[in-house]
Amino acid sequence: MIDELNLSPIQLDALREIGNVGAGNSATALSQIINKRIDMNVPKVALVPIETVPDLVGGPDTIVVGVFLRVYGRAPGNILFLLPQKSAFYLVDTLMGRPHGTTTKLDFMDESALMEIGNILSGAYLNAFFNFTHISMLPSIPALAMDMAGAILNVILVQLGQMGDQALVIETEFLAEDDGINGHFFLVPDPGSLAILIKGVGVE
Amino acid sequence: MASLIRVGMADYKVGRAGLGSCIGISLYDPQTKIGGLLHIMLPDSNQARASDNPAKFADTGLPLMLNDVIAMGASKSRLVAKIAGGAQMFAFSNATDIMRVGTRNADTVKKILQRMGIRLIAEDTGGNYGRTVQIDLSNGVYKVKTIDRGEKDI
Repeated sequence: MIDELNLSPIQLDALREIGNVGAGNSATALSQIINKRIDMNVPKVALVPIETVPDLVGGPDTIVVGVFLRVYGRAPGNILFLLPQKSAFYLVDTLMGRPHGTTTKLDFMDESALMEIGNILSGAYLNAFFNFTHISMLPSIPALAMDMAGAILNVILVQLGQMGDQALVIETEFLAEDDGINGHFFLVPDPGSLAILIKGVGVE
Repeated sequence: MASLIRVGMADYKVGRAGLGSCIGISLYDPQTKIGGLLHIMLPDSNQARASDNPAKFADTGLPLMLNDVIAMGASKSRLVAKIAGGAQMFAFSNATDIMRVGTRNADTVKKILQRMGIRLIAEDTGGNYGRTVQIDLSNGVYKVKTIDRGEKDI
């Protein structure tokens, strides 16, 4: 029996390593799309009190763009790619070949482009999980919202809220070489999924 | 008394918060100017598996706040309620139950207020956008702010 809220250091390390490879894949994909070097930090794998999660991205009032994907399969969960508003505009300008500073509001095409980025990053990320665990995880079509970080994070926290007051988040920060873009990628396994993933890696 | 205190998720204080599908519920006694603000995430604590924070659920959080404001000197018969929040942030065509939790939150809160005999005098719920709320204890005004739909007093 794996206690998801009380993982051993080895189990946390294993998750961090998979997160690292996943994020590496995602960063490479993003870098190829926008043709810039992308740096990433070592993923945080941490059990955090639910009410502090919005602080990871600048507080509940910070305006962010969130791309949300549901993960299906034996180890379901949620993926959320969060970009501060400024970064989202910068990324869209880069993708659309417009001078930086052009975008001040997201139109339909911009949203579509950002959702596609979320899609590609998630696919690259989940591939790493499959390679380690042989558990296939399939992302849903993405959905996008631009709003307060607190309100957007609500969506995933509510699901975890049913289980307890703490959330295990696997979080990576991406930074583009010219500091124009920073983003946060969250994988939040549903209650029960973490145990399946850990078994899949064989560090029970 | 009319101070601004930030409200964390699953917590209640007089103050404000960034709400998505959550609901911010204010109870206010206009005569004594005593009130409270509760931020709930989920309708029903029966679905919970291991929680120890009653403020997270409508069914356990509301009685808790009611007891507290009465203990501080509010009169139950004078208390009025205002609610805001309960949005669905991401539009999915095949939204699961949990994605529609905002609507269930709003419905449950209204039912519980009715059962407790507290008048609901204003609400701003639903939609697909976040809200920040703040109760002014000097006059009971409940301020609801959004990022691109302006700000209103209810």
